[in-house]
Amino acid sequence: MPLATPLKNLDRELARFHGRLKAGGIFVVLLAAALLGRAFYLQITQHDYYIQRAENNRISLVPVAPNRGLILDRNGRILAENYSAYTLELARAQPHDLEATLTEVAKLIEITPGELRRFRRLLAESHEFETVPLKSKLTDEEVAILAANRYRLPGVEVKARLFRNYQAGPGMAHVVGFIGRINDRDLKNLRESGREQNYRGTVHIGKTGLEQSYETLLHGRTGFDQMETDASGRAVRALSRIPPVPGKDLRLYLDEGLQAVAEHAFGDYMGGLVALDPNTGGVLALVSKPGFDPNLFIDGIDPETWKALNESPERPMVNRVLRGIYPPGSTIKPFMGLTGLELGVRKPEDTIVDPGYFSLPNSSHQYRDWKRGGHGIVDLRRAIAQSCDTYFYKLAVDMGIDRMHEYLQKFSFGEKTGIDLDGESAGLLPSRDWKQRRWKQVWYPGETVIAGIGQGYHLTTPLQLATATAMIANGGKRMEPRLVQAVRDPLTHVWQPQPVVVHEQLAIKPEDLAVVRQGMMDAMRPGGTAAAAAAGAPYTIAGKTGTAQVVGIKQGARYDASSLSRKNRDHALFIAYAPAENPTIVVAVMVENGGHGGSTAAPIARAVFDYYLTGKRPGNMKLEGGSDASD
Amino acid sequence: MPRTSHWLLRALRHVDGILLTLALLVLGISLAVVTSASGQSPVRISGHLVNMGLALAVMVLMANVPPHLLSKVGPPLYAAGVVLLVGVALFGEIRNGARRWLDLGFIAFQPSELLKLALPLMLAWYFQRNEAVLRAKHFMVGGILLLVPFLLILRQPDLGTALMLGASGFYLLFFAGLPWKVIVGGAVLGAASLPVVWGLMHDYQQRRVLMLLDPASDPLGAGYHIIQSTIAIGSGGLFGKGWMQGTQNQLDFIPERTTDFIFAVFGEEFGYAGAILLVCLYLAIVARGLVIAARAPTLFGRLMAATLSLNLFTYVFVNMGMVSGILPVVGVPLPLMSYGGTALVTLLLGMGILMSVATHRQLNKS
Repeated sequence: MPLATPLKNLDRELARFHGRLKAGGIFVVLLAAALLGRAFYLQITQHDYYIQRAENNRISLVPVAPNRGLILDRNGRILAENYSAYTLELARAQPHDLEATLTEVAKLIEITPGELRRFRRLLAESHEFETVPLKSKLTDEEVAILAANRYRLPGVEVKARLFRNYQAGPGMAHVVGFIGRINDRDLKNLRESGREQNYRGTVHIGKTGLEQSYETLLHGRTGFDQMETDASGRAVRALSRIPPVPGKDLRLYLDEGLQAVAEHAFGDYMGGLVALDPNTGGVLALVSKPGFDPNLFIDGIDPETWKALNESPERPMVNRVLRGIYPPGSTIKPFMGLTGLELGVRKPEDTIVDPGYFSLPNSSHQYRDWKRGGHGIVDLRRAIAQSCDTYFYKLAVDMGIDRMHEYLQKFSFGEKTGIDLDGESAGLLPSRDWKQRRWKQVWYPGETVIAGIGQGYHLTTPLQLATATAMIANGGKRMEPRLVQAVRDPLTHVWQPQPVVVHEQLAIKPEDLAVVRQGMMDAMRPGGTAAAAAAGAPYTIAGKTGTAQVVGIKQGARYDASSLSRKNRDHALFIAYAPAENPTIVVAVMVENGGHGGSTAAPIARAVFDYYLTGKRPGNMKLEGGSDASD
Repeated sequence: MPRTSHWLLRALRHVDGILLTLALLVLGISLAVVTSASGQSPVRISGHLVNMGLALAVMVLMANVPPHLLSKVGPPLYAAGVVLLVGVALFGEIRNGARRWLDLGFIAFQPSELLKLALPLMLAWYFQRNEAVLRAKHFMVGGILLLVPFLLILRQPDLGTALMLGASGFYLLFFAGLPWKVIVGGAVLGAASLPVVWGLMHDYQQRRVLMLLDPASDPLGAGYHIIQSTIAIGSGGLFGKGWMQGTQNQLDFIPERTTDFIFAVFGEEFGYAGAILLVCLYLAIVARGLVIAARAPTLFGRLMAATLSLNLFTYVFVNMGMVSGILPVVGVPLPLMSYGGTALVTLLLGMGILMSVATHRQLNKS
């Protein structure tokens, strides 16, 4: 057989093969070096990083929300408490169609349209990994039904949760406030104040009232269970636990009984009342009518109810005591008088002759007194008792707006009182500066005249009036109003009294104070503007009525309540303290569209005094028209 | 040797002591790691032991098949494999979007597995046959023999298997003496055509490569496997967390941890020291294989022994590279370590061939 090709040299071929083997060997060693190099990088160089990541994988912190503190009245009656109940919640990230699941659930237990509306709103607000409550406070039977059907309701969870209950009802809503689900804005606030970590596991946060202003104390500190979890997030075992610290309990100065009496005394009227202890600044009662049911808000209110509350012309959501601002009207007179005495503009015995009006020099314009023909010869005491406008017109002009502004400010007018609730209004105490800034106009002398009787620009809250009145009662101490009297540590059960804060001690000459007090006492005696409200009281009351105009009355026209519809009637104001000799309670009342302070506002204060000082609870109290004339 | 010696003892005469010792060491480690990774599952452990016994038996069997007999199996096996691949392309079953499986009624299997052995056998047989007259055209024929199954598997599509098969075929051509200039030229050409290849790749293949470059881009999706396995390895440190103490392992963070990702468990529990030991054992096996190749009397034996050795380490590299995050995720088990009967039998079958080449050398000479 002829060879087409020459035979290979086998030895040379073998040598070449051995060369290839060596090359292969080197190739393998290089690959091995690459592997070990990578392993070195992971296991030696980056070991610390990866061990941390492995630990993060392994250990998860499960937050344990603390129990919220209770809120009690001064006698230990519960205003806000917790209870535990089962809720039905749906995972937002559904394995199946959410609507189908809802339909399935609705077949098993009753879901009301309101609950469904609320659920949809919460769903829109919630985050991806949250569960959204559909129905709260499940009955035992409902829990059993859901548990039995759990296998075919993926994403449906029955959770035991702590709930808040405000059993005191609408009357206390403006004091206690309410908690609500944490929303984006709350979350942002928490994040900015560095408290976000403490709210892991917490669903609710204080939204208004004490629940809001004492949020930090009431909430407590979140605990953590350190769990070892597997890749699917299932807890394998507990490693350690940092127990939660429950929130602190709050005891108020407020008396639930007094609050109820005050609220009842308003009858059909709307308005606000605040009662203070003049010696401590403690808030004994704080009523803003109408109120609302705070329980509606806890787990999210349904949109229709919210709209109704928010857009109601009665404004039930506005705390009138803190945020309602009204011209002080004649209630400013005791403070005007005191200012006049303290600044040396008047002496107690100085008198004027009141012809029934006041005119500025070189002006024919008459600033009328409420009493036709005037009060005759009046000194300060009589001017307060009878609410003589002319006296205070003249006093204001003699004092001038600048000194008036400077001194009245010391009574908290135009400033926040510093109460331990959020959202307080500062009102408005006008001044030359203010007018220039606000209106770019000079101050007119006529504006000083009407400022003397609390008309014009001056606006005040009932709380400011009460704080100022307390200064007359306690001898010039401007107390910061406080709702919370003491705070209880949940672990030691020791009540820690909260400090009484004296904002400023005003040096008032006792003889000056005595004159003003006498004038206020006279106002409650026969011949005074609110005599009827004090009739038969076993203690002495010192008070002052006032009227805040709702609509302007034209020059020369007369105010006639009967010709005005109720909503245009004046707001009735009344400030008072009792017992006059040794005051223990101060009250400021504002009755919306109540007309005369003496006839509608003063009787409400009387009911409060009666209950607080004598324990007398009024029967079905009727509002009676005062027989005596008021301003 | 007495003629009356037992058949079993005679069979064992063909077993290479060094290779067997090395293989048993790795298998021992594997048993320990599978025990830990399976949560001491008795089913897994006993299953693993059965697989090992079976595979060792196959190895001993293969060691007793003389190379010249074995070489004759090459062409029919290769032909059958290619026919089956064509069958798959025409009638194959689609699983996970790829046509890889052939359902023969009683058993469903991937013909590409068959080619992993058939291709080297076929090529070795071919070069042995033309040993005396080896020329460029024989390499061209060899290249075509390689490309046919390679392309068939590539279009299934199964890039990983195709590349592994391509590698084994290339090793054989390389050891047969493929000129360096062709190798270097091919490499340059290959590098140049990478963008084209990228364009031809399927979405999921592209994603795997991208994932490798930045696994954190999809930490809960496809990147999860790589991230968790690198965490496991990295957290092992120098000496590891100890046997059955790996938290990534015990708490289910490592996927596929008895099979493809077993190295992550090993790295976590035995650390860098363990990794060095294991890589050295593999290197020793490869070294022994290359020694056997160097001493083999026939071209067929030389080519088979050298190719099988390098092939084994390629699997080691691809698997460990994938688990430690330097190669894309491809379904390649770690030789002798991963749980799984098929892979273990295939591997020890290859080692049996090595032993056959090693022991039949002396017998031929005598």
